[in-house]
Amino acid sequence: MSCCGSSPGYDDLNEVSRLVSVRLAAFLRTLRDAGFRVGLAEGQDAATLMASGYAARPGLLRGAFKHLFSARKSDWDKFDGLFDAFWLGKRVRSRSRTIGSAPGASNPSLKSLQDKTAEQGGNQSVTDQLPSSDDAPEGHSGEGRMEGASRADNFAEVDFRKLSDPDQIAQAHEAAAQLARAMRTRLTRRDLARRRGYRLDLRRTIHRNISHGGVPISLVKRQRKDKPLRLVVLLDASGSMSMYTSVFLRFIHGVLDQFREAEAFLFHTRLAHVSDAMKERDAGRALDRLSIMAQGAGGGTKIGESLQTFNRWHAARVIHSRSCVMIVSDGYETGDAALLDREMAALHRRCRRIVWLNPMMAWEGYKPEARGIKAALPHVDLYAPANSLQSLRALEPYLAKL
Amino acid sequence: MKNRDEIAQALAASGYIADADLATAIALMQMLRRPLLLEGEAGVGKTEVAKALATAHATELIRLQCYEGLDQSSALYEWNYQRQLLAIQAHRGSDSIEDQVFSEKYLLERPLLAAIRRSQAPVLLIDEIDRADDEFEAFLLELLSDFQVSIPELGTIPAVTIPHVVLTSNGTRELSDALRRRCLYHYVDYPDVDRETRIIMARVTGASPSLSLQIARMVEGVRKEELRKVPGVAETLDWAAALVGLDVSNLHDAPETVHETLICLLKTHEDRARVTPEVTQRLLGKVA
Repeated sequence: MSCCGSSPGYDDLNEVSRLVSVRLAAFLRTLRDAGFRVGLAEGQDAATLMASGYAARPGLLRGAFKHLFSARKSDWDKFDGLFDAFWLGKRVRSRSRTIGSAPGASNPSLKSLQDKTAEQGGNQSVTDQLPSSDDAPEGHSGEGRMEGASRADNFAEVDFRKLSDPDQIAQAHEAAAQLARAMRTRLTRRDLARRRGYRLDLRRTIHRNISHGGVPISLVKRQRKDKPLRLVVLLDASGSMSMYTSVFLRFIHGVLDQFREAEAFLFHTRLAHVSDAMKERDAGRALDRLSIMAQGAGGGTKIGESLQTFNRWHAARVIHSRSCVMIVSDGYETGDAALLDREMAALHRRCRRIVWLNPMMAWEGYKPEARGIKAALPHVDLYAPANSLQSLRALEPYLAKL
Repeated sequence: MKNRDEIAQALAASGYIADADLATAIALMQMLRRPLLLEGEAGVGKTEVAKALATAHATELIRLQCYEGLDQSSALYEWNYQRQLLAIQAHRGSDSIEDQVFSEKYLLERPLLAAIRRSQAPVLLIDEIDRADDEFEAFLLELLSDFQVSIPELGTIPAVTIPHVVLTSNGTRELSDALRRRCLYHYVDYPDVDRETRIIMARVTGASPSLSLQIARMVEGVRKEELRKVPGVAETLDWAAALVGLDVSNLHDAPETVHETLICLLKTHEDRARVTPEVTQRLLGKVA
């Protein structure tokens, strides 16, 4: 910067740089509000850039800041808009990182979803029958002692729809969370039990045998690095599933909390990545945050489109070779069944197992006639009911074998 | 190389046609001494950036290809155990042998150690960092911030020069925030028609400007089809080379050849089946 004034110029310059740093700090705040993770070092580098002549050329500065502050593709895509809005004098309101709301969709929050369960809101064509408990999938009886799930035994076989008393609902939530915890303990223990060293660790062998003059007498094996099992849950939050949504959310909350690696997505007419919201320590708060994302409930289910979004934008990141994808849905597809077929095939190529849980499966006389389920079933490894804690528990031995 | 235009020219001279954004990123990389993280689909030319950068700086390119289970001993250094054992056997009984076997002579340099011990700063390419696991990423982060290596038997080895670090990622695993924050970020997208035309002209001998433009437009059309494997720049170059080799100077003159040679772009059975001769015709129709 050149200073072409006389004596007062020096103070002016100081004032200018003070104003610039104030403005810059405000911009960093805006970025943080928009979900950018900006640290102290980035702020200092930004100040360096502004002092080095970039400030005089906004186009250049924007490009430079974009590289400096972005950390992922989503930041990269958002940045230009934020920069223009801020530096062209329009303050940006902080945007939440969830997906925008669907216009015109009624939004029963999840809290009220639970209350609705209590009232048995009868706007769905639900055949009111007792579930038969012997409908468990072949070869999956819930045998085996489950640590910590004893409180669930009282109503392990009761269909979640049938829970009307708020206390019982609270208990079901608690039991679902406990179940998630128990699954975690069992799976990790199995993981550890399977670890066996199988390659020679030369470095440690040499160290161990220094006392023998370097002759390798006792050998050290290298531990095998085991990938932890990763669970990816896709939960249908559409209207037809509303009776079950809250319990499953609670279960997912537990799974995300307990599993080393788990990811959760919610879908109805769109797909929302909810792992972050679900990582709230407090389950109540997590469910509250999700109420925003459950918008669009009742507006039909586009499973195919949601899966397409998942395959396109998320699958590469969240799925590896030891991943199990768990889809919880009744399979009522209001979109294109052919698309669902194609996307299920693509998903199946990527992951180890696809488990499809259908709460309706345990209802007497239910046959998978819905278009969505028909298209999806050829690609599913395990198709099981999920209308009670019992049926969730029956899955655990299966998951452990992945 | 200081400003963007100089950088873009230097890269072009080494065969990489960069857009203004990338040139800015490289300018910042030199100014702020931060590593550059390149993300993007497979085949958009992320690795090529590092190669061109090394050519432009007239320096060595040191490449570390990441994979699952990559550990320090394959990335940083390793003792030459066989030689150490031989030496111990040969000097049985001498006291000083222990000091000798842990000296430079028995040290095997791996890419990361090599990169900080060169007298002229090399370009260090850490390829597909997302394939390595979290532990390795944490270790790498430490190296990228301190630029010194501690070897228990030898002591701390400080960097002779600070390498230009380029990391690439395909997004198979979510990288840690710490690593992302440490790096400058650049998303490498498929090139637009204009840039891809220039890439073809620069890399394929015998490709005329008009043919290069037709090929770039055709490839753009193919990328918009619902494919399992979207063709990258490398595939475009293969296809251009094939067409030039078959003496095609205008795509409209040889529709059959165009359709047959599309195997250079389509790498799965399903994609091949999806692009029928009719689809090829339709795409050709859009190419002026």
